[in-house]
Amino acid sequence: MNERTMLSEERHFENMIQAESICTAENLVYERPGTLLDVTMHYCPGCGHGVAHRLLMEVVDELGIQSQTIGIAPVGCSVFAYNYMNIDMQEAAHGRATAAATGIKRVLPEKYVFTYQGDGDLAAIGTGETIHTCNRGENILIVFINNGVYGMTGGQMAPTTLPGMKTTTSPYGRDVKVQGYPLKIADIVATLPGSFYVTRQAVHTPAYVRKAKKAMLKSFQYQKLGKGTCFIEIVSNCPSNWKMTPVESNRWVKEHMLPYYPLGDLKVPSEKETAQ
Amino acid sequence: MAKVKGDIVIDIEKCKGCELCVEACPQETLGLSKKVNSRGYLYVVKIQDNCTGCVNCALVCPDAVLKVYRKTLGKENPVAVVSNVTQDLTLTVNK
Amino acid sequence: MKELRLMKGNEALAEAAIRSGCDAYFGYPITPQSEVLEYLSKFANMRTGMVVLQAESEVASINMVYGAAGTGKRVMTSSSSPGISLMQEGISYIACAELPCLIVNVNRGGPGLGTIQPAQGDYFQAVKGGGHGDYRLIVLAPASVQEMSDFVPLAFDLAFKWRNPVMILSDGALGQMMEKVDLFEEQPRRTAVEPWATVGKPKDRERNIITSLFIEPQKMEEVNLKLQAKYREIEKTEVRYETVDCEDAEYLLTAYGLVARICHKAAQIGREQGIKIGVFRPKTLYPFPSAALNELSRRVKWILDVEMNAGQMVEDVRLAVEGNARVEFHGRMGGIVPTPEEILGKLKEKLSGGLS
Repeated sequence: MNERTMLSEERHFENMIQAESICTAENLVYERPGTLLDVTMHYCPGCGHGVAHRLLMEVVDELGIQSQTIGIAPVGCSVFAYNYMNIDMQEAAHGRATAAATGIKRVLPEKYVFTYQGDGDLAAIGTGETIHTCNRGENILIVFINNGVYGMTGGQMAPTTLPGMKTTTSPYGRDVKVQGYPLKIADIVATLPGSFYVTRQAVHTPAYVRKAKKAMLKSFQYQKLGKGTCFIEIVSNCPSNWKMTPVESNRWVKEHMLPYYPLGDLKVPSEKETAQ
Repeated sequence: MAKVKGDIVIDIEKCKGCELCVEACPQETLGLSKKVNSRGYLYVVKIQDNCTGCVNCALVCPDAVLKVYRKTLGKENPVAVVSNVTQDLTLTVNK
Repeated sequence: MKELRLMKGNEALAEAAIRSGCDAYFGYPITPQSEVLEYLSKFANMRTGMVVLQAESEVASINMVYGAAGTGKRVMTSSSSPGISLMQEGISYIACAELPCLIVNVNRGGPGLGTIQPAQGDYFQAVKGGGHGDYRLIVLAPASVQEMSDFVPLAFDLAFKWRNPVMILSDGALGQMMEKVDLFEEQPRRTAVEPWATVGKPKDRERNIITSLFIEPQKMEEVNLKLQAKYREIEKTEVRYETVDCEDAEYLLTAYGLVARICHKAAQIGREQGIKIGVFRPKTLYPFPSAALNELSRRVKWILDVEMNAGQMVEDVRLAVEGNARVEFHGRMGGIVPTPEEILGKLKEKLSGGLS
């Protein structure tokens, strides 16, 4: 018996534990969204990227906008996002996702456009594009994954790395006198007249996952109404580069990241503003 | 109150054994396997048959490997629901 | 409708963009090409609904072009030398992702911040790739305000035919000077949807992905081979050049753009003095008209290549000539434009210097 058949038999056995299975279509309450391609993601175990990808595709499915949505993947861990999302996508140069999104949205204003960017991409090399895109009020959604570290390149210091936090390029901990302070770019974006909805979310607990999804849903609805830039920061983890188990890393999110990057809405449109 | 019965189906080949679902499960239904999948990861298995189908595990799962089912027991699902009937229906049964 | 107008080169180019049904322009002001953005801002959107956006930088401009070009629209940007340097990363991505677009470089003197005067110092950057990796742009070199207009629809056609970025390599003088220009009839904006474009995935096709990332070396080499095969085809089919008085020429002047026109005058004065001079002008700098020049080089005594740089195209001239004739060079830099008398003087100097 080879390993593959052994595994499938084992799975079969596990699913048969119950005498009478309730695993039938009418009892199904949760499954992966259809727009999330049925492949194994390259992300490390426990990485928040997977949750954020899934939520985005759940929202695209629920709104039925797969055929009208164009996504932009950045440079960074999520450079391969287009391998997982079954929608038309472009891969942008490092930091330039919002510029590429601007180009797309300007020539296809009726489509839904989102960027998906990490902290190095959005808040270091792409700061200029981020600020100006939000300031122009480009009618797009920016999803910003903040895990305080450069993941893809192997754990270097990011603009969002916390004071004292050890990375491969701040091996003795980030010294703010030498390396500056962590950048709260969502707070900056919230001050710009072009941004419409700015919020900071997380995906480390079921309750926050639900909230993050709601924020995405709202953002696509605002985009439909042509309201301006929606910006969702997701404070996330990086178990591999933080050198922790996934469970420890989520605890670290709660204990260290969230005090510096408190969750909640930074800019909420009034009811009048959200009217159609 | 009717009793709620839940269950999950795990795509063990995609599971990376991060245990975030184990942590998120309020019922302590989940645990790690003793064997590895073809990618070399220990994967998540049910260790107790007490799932309530609360979906927490699926919500935090980064690899979307969990399918969740829920059924309210003690309440038979009706065969069919007829609502807003505006005209008589004639049924013919083929023998 | 067709129209005869007196216009600046930059304005003629902008007008031609509107008339060729361009969908979007993204740019950033820089002398000596700011008139392109100014003219389009004033007229384009209200005439054809074309998108005109002043970006926050050339880096943003070229990446906006990347995004919009990925939707299969007719998209362009323009800048001058330092701005084009900033765009190189984006151009490399565009070339690898095989997106059609037009990039205009109104060349000024460099290096560095340089000067705002005309120069041809960006030849290497334009024809050898410019950014990182093995890629080529199709490069068109106008020599008149008329060609500043005519090359725009040609550039868009070539860009879509080959799914390749096309550059119009002009210079500060061509951009700023006024000449009469015969404007072509306005074409409607395209409505066709390219099969590769990211416009939203319908149920009945696979998703389209615009990317330049191929992490597996085998795949990356495959992509490179495909690009190179395309470039070989372009070299075979898209060569364009102009010859003036070459039939009986004993001496040949090679030059592109503005300098070629000055060479025409130098050749004319030379002929009046009994020196049989011809002028060879590549209109496409890439693909370079090597075969035609090689053929011509067998019939002349020697060649003087004239440029507004330290000698860049002369390398391609020498490669094309393959030693059939001696190739001399005369160049001016820093924004100085050579005069016809100066060029003729150089030619005579080389003549009396014992060359035959």
